[in-house]
Amino acid sequence: MNFLDLIWLIPLFPLIGAIVMLLFGKWLDPQPPSEFAAAPGITPIAGGHGHHHDPRASTDAVIQSDAHAHGSHGHLAHRSPASKMLISVLCPGMVLLSFFFSGMAIIQLASLPEKVYEVVKFTWLAGLPFQTQTGQVAAFAADWGFLLDPLSSVMILVVTGVGFLIHAYSIGYMGHEGGYYRFFGYLNLFVFFMLMLVMANNYVLMFVGWEGVGLCSYLLIGFYFHKKSAADAGKKAFVVNRIGDAGFILGMLLMFSVLGTVRFLDVNRVLQSGAFHPEMQFGVLSAMALLLFIGATGKSAQVPLYVWLPDAMEGPTPVSALIHAATMVTAGVYMVARSHALFSLTPETSWIVTVVGAFTAIFAASIALVQNDIKRVLAYSTVSQLGYMFVAAGVGAYWVAIFHLYTHAFFKALLFLGSGSVIHALSGEQDMRKMGGLKDRVPITYRTMWIGSLAIAGIPGLAGFFSKDEILWQTWSAPMGSKAVYTIGLITAFMTAFYMWRLMYLTFYGPSRVEPEVASHIHESPSTMTTPLMVLAAGSVLAGWIGVPKLWVAFPEAMRAFERWLAPVFASEEAHAAAGHHADTTIEWLLMGLSVTVALCGIGLARYMFLRRPELAASISGPPGPLYRVLLNKWYVDEIYSYLFVDGLGKGGGRVFSRFDSQVVDGGVNGAGWLTRFTSRVSMWWDTWIIDGAVRLSSFLVKMSSYPFRILQTGSLQAYAFVFVAGVLVIFGYYLVR
Amino acid sequence: MNEYLLSIVLFTPLLGMILLLFIPAAQTNLIRIWANVAGLAGFLVSLPLAFRFDKTAEGFQFVERAEWIPAIGVNYMLGLDGISLLLVLLTTLLGFVAILSSWNAVTERTKGYYAMLLLQQTGMIGVFLALDFILFFVFWEVVLVPMYFLIGVWGGPRKLYAAIKFFLYTMAGSVLMLLGIFTLYFQHFHQFGVYTFEITRLINVNMPLHLEQWVFWAFFIAFAIKVPMFPFHTWLPDAHVEAPTAGSVILAGVLLKMGTYGFIRFSLPLLPKASIEPWIIQTIAVLSIIAIIYGALVSLVQPDWKKLVAYSSVSHLGFCTLGIFALNPNGIAGSVIQQINHGISTGMLFLIVGIVYERRHTREIKEYGGLAHVMPMYAFVFAFAMLSSAGLPLLNGFIGEFTILQGAFEANRTWAAFAVTGIIFGAAYLLWLYQRTMLGQVNNGRNLGLKDLSLREWAVFLPLMAWAVWIGVYPKPYFEVLEKPVNQLVERVRPGYFEERAAPVVAIERGKAGLK
Repeated sequence: MNFLDLIWLIPLFPLIGAIVMLLFGKWLDPQPPSEFAAAPGITPIAGGHGHHHDPRASTDAVIQSDAHAHGSHGHLAHRSPASKMLISVLCPGMVLLSFFFSGMAIIQLASLPEKVYEVVKFTWLAGLPFQTQTGQVAAFAADWGFLLDPLSSVMILVVTGVGFLIHAYSIGYMGHEGGYYRFFGYLNLFVFFMLMLVMANNYVLMFVGWEGVGLCSYLLIGFYFHKKSAADAGKKAFVVNRIGDAGFILGMLLMFSVLGTVRFLDVNRVLQSGAFHPEMQFGVLSAMALLLFIGATGKSAQVPLYVWLPDAMEGPTPVSALIHAATMVTAGVYMVARSHALFSLTPETSWIVTVVGAFTAIFAASIALVQNDIKRVLAYSTVSQLGYMFVAAGVGAYWVAIFHLYTHAFFKALLFLGSGSVIHALSGEQDMRKMGGLKDRVPITYRTMWIGSLAIAGIPGLAGFFSKDEILWQTWSAPMGSKAVYTIGLITAFMTAFYMWRLMYLTFYGPSRVEPEVASHIHESPSTMTTPLMVLAAGSVLAGWIGVPKLWVAFPEAMRAFERWLAPVFASEEAHAAAGHHADTTIEWLLMGLSVTVALCGIGLARYMFLRRPELAASISGPPGPLYRVLLNKWYVDEIYSYLFVDGLGKGGGRVFSRFDSQVVDGGVNGAGWLTRFTSRVSMWWDTWIIDGAVRLSSFLVKMSSYPFRILQTGSLQAYAFVFVAGVLVIFGYYLVR
Repeated sequence: MNEYLLSIVLFTPLLGMILLLFIPAAQTNLIRIWANVAGLAGFLVSLPLAFRFDKTAEGFQFVERAEWIPAIGVNYMLGLDGISLLLVLLTTLLGFVAILSSWNAVTERTKGYYAMLLLQQTGMIGVFLALDFILFFVFWEVVLVPMYFLIGVWGGPRKLYAAIKFFLYTMAGSVLMLLGIFTLYFQHFHQFGVYTFEITRLINVNMPLHLEQWVFWAFFIAFAIKVPMFPFHTWLPDAHVEAPTAGSVILAGVLLKMGTYGFIRFSLPLLPKASIEPWIIQTIAVLSIIAIIYGALVSLVQPDWKKLVAYSSVSHLGFCTLGIFALNPNGIAGSVIQQINHGISTGMLFLIVGIVYERRHTREIKEYGGLAHVMPMYAFVFAFAMLSSAGLPLLNGFIGEFTILQGAFEANRTWAAFAVTGIIFGAAYLLWLYQRTMLGQVNNGRNLGLKDLSLREWAVFLPLMAWAVWIGVYPKPYFEVLEKPVNQLVERVRPGYFEERAAPVVAIERGKAGLK
């Protein structure tokens, strides 16, 4: 069977799962009405228009004020186990099927000489002709096409492999939750979009996956949508990501108009053909790369668009592990690596990538130092680790960025799932101040997380060591690297070891600070949850051994397979990045020793502060110093953004415009109406009093002037006789007097 | 059959209306059933247009021509190209959907109501089919009357204000348009000695630039009011808020497109010199961009659900006019596709408001909250409509917006940079609306007993949802249908557009690299 021609099926399987769940899941998994439907104290009121209301709602509208997510066993008793089993098999099964097809296709890919395979199903976005920047007329088209090469193969293995483990874990974790089918439907939909993202053969189709995973992220963060905080977090994630997406869209448009294509292979070939030279100043390619990178900062939670990721922890923990640690948030790193031909021509933008990555790494790590919510520590840790990946990509070591992405997927997924297991054991408690001493109560969780924490801290032999050390070394030695960035990376490594082991000591060691009513329920998680933990722990130990440093000459070349596997993709960049590499092995050994020492110091300090002298930690957090407060409040960035953009630009601007609209614009219209009416009144007045007035005045004048004559002509004979007699008398009198 | 196809499509709703008048007013159910049958028939008879349309042919198809008022050269002339094909299909489908959605919404004077809806259909189809300017003008004015009554009789509390504002505002534009039409008419007589209103012949008129500009602005006012473009838009929120649901669906879905259609069908081809005047294009582009951002921001803070959707229309139509005046194939094709998309998405959004309005008789956003618990299917459909409107890929909105942005970017990168912010604000106001109405907990006891979608309501949404997915997943047929007329239009306005200009560096390099 030729699995290479079937790679278009890989994303399709989870899509089928998602469609089945979202359309028919309701029948498979009948739900009692949500216990969170009504806010406290709200009872049905019949509408004022005689509508009947559903009597069921009033009886079932259980008032429950707080979202107590876990441990409420048994209240959803009447769910059919057989159909629930079907969901539990179908959805993870679809991802497993994708994993299988991916694996087989990659094996076949490995035997191809050029290690690139493209499958185009149909023309998707078949636009019309357009003029490129150079005046040529090109047809604008994006195919529904899939590209399998070493880079995407790493990604699909991570997505389907880790994705499957997290699906399996969710069977246990979400087993007691309402909306089981909905959860798995969204999760499968996510895997579909994520696979579209990493398998697309062009930028526009990649954008489909890019926005699609954003949608699933929105849906899953807001999974407990009765909670305002969850709905807020989902909305925030979507809108902040959209800011990045706007950059991505403009980047694609610029690419169209400059290169005339958005197909990855064409773009890279055109860029590498020699027609373009590295831009020593910020030019059109740098702008293109920067716009794409803006997209990456949104999706991969880099400064300044990182703010959504910590809030995204409102979602169920498996979601945090899959979407907000292992896969989706690495999409930006993947995109930059995919655009390596572009970024390697744009040193200006690459430098921006390095700086943003380094700043994000240390900035997020600083916040992680003091957070008390176990998932928030891990969230900031993820932001920080993504920063490392961008540093690697920025200095041109693309394969190292992907290597760290790959190892990080193991240990960070492990840490999140482990934290989920802890939260599960503690009936939903996430505050580490209310944990402690859990080591023996949840032994498997403890041991696996112990491995994960060592891995992320960079202890030799574990996955994180290999990738992080390679990043630090590349930052130091690569032509695009910098000693200052190296120093930031080293400090961040220290902070990473510290906050991770702070988390470990607060959670698992020392005296128990668990609330009494919770303490009695503590239990190790079921095997559906612990098995994925153990698999991921094994991965966190072993995954790094395919990227052994070149310095360790004793190891066979086969143990450097990762770099060699990706070499065909990044070949041209490797060529000029390799110059001046590995010149001095002494320095490299020294730096390696330094980073290990730093990691150990971090662990040691955490041990000292939180295990040996817990009162010291308490004294630090007791009367909070200004720095502590700033860190605890996450540098007040959320507040600043909220003030400037949400309330200021968004709602403020909206209100100003809205008033402008009703007063000025509509005022103009109404004014015109008023003016018309006014003019017509004036006209009417004019007409009545002036025009008609003149007419009437003239008639009045005539009438008035005729008055004397009129009174003479009374028609009365006596009056005439009187006037006649009077006249005769007057005339007589006149002659008499004269 | 083919030679009378357009007349059949045009007059089927009118025939339905005339027969409706014979049903006694007391027979409410019979009236409803008949209106729905007529609406469905109107849609079904329009389907052959799609099947028999030849997308490879240039010019108008199914042309019908008969003398009407020979003394002044007025003819009954109908014709269809790719652009009007899509708009006619949108009209017939939305017309049926609007009629179907009114089953429970309208209980008073049902006979008059459905008669107005059907009359409206004929008027709108006529606008999109007429190739004679006077015929077009007649239909353009005919459309006003039923909408005036729909708002004024079956509308909300301020219905009279809204109806009169709508009527007078549009009339003011029409008068100017009529002046423009007569200018073209007499110019044609001066130059060719023939009195005609056929646009296929008026296209030959060659006027001095200043005269073209005067005519252009006369047309512009008429069409800009109809679209509506900033700052001529304030009749729209009032009309929408007061109109019954079906009226809003038709108003937003079809009526506004008469304006954009006017630009495409008349302004650009008849007045090509004025249409490429840089200052004119700049002015219109700036107004469009203002509409995109301004409409979205105003939308964000509306306390009234329906008014929010109305202002979002201003924003979306800003994309459409921007695409048209990008004056390149992708801009114009994207604009037509976005007009269809807007009809689908905003039509759905208005139907969604209508459904809760029928149940609760309020449109205040703060009256709602947590409806997803009570009406999960409704929440699903709303989410779908929201995502379609927000331009999520694989749904219709993305195809239109992206293609327009492509055109805008080609014309002027600054335009695209500003317009793209519309997609951020679009997500913001829609998601916030969704959160306030659907998510959270039910805080108002009146909302606890609300019934979810009925089968009839599903039937209203399903065709629109299916269409949205089709455009999103496989938009190729739409581009194929639009390719000929749009390219022809661009060639007319910008002769030589399709000729290669400069020595294309990239093409040479691509040739070297052995690419297609």
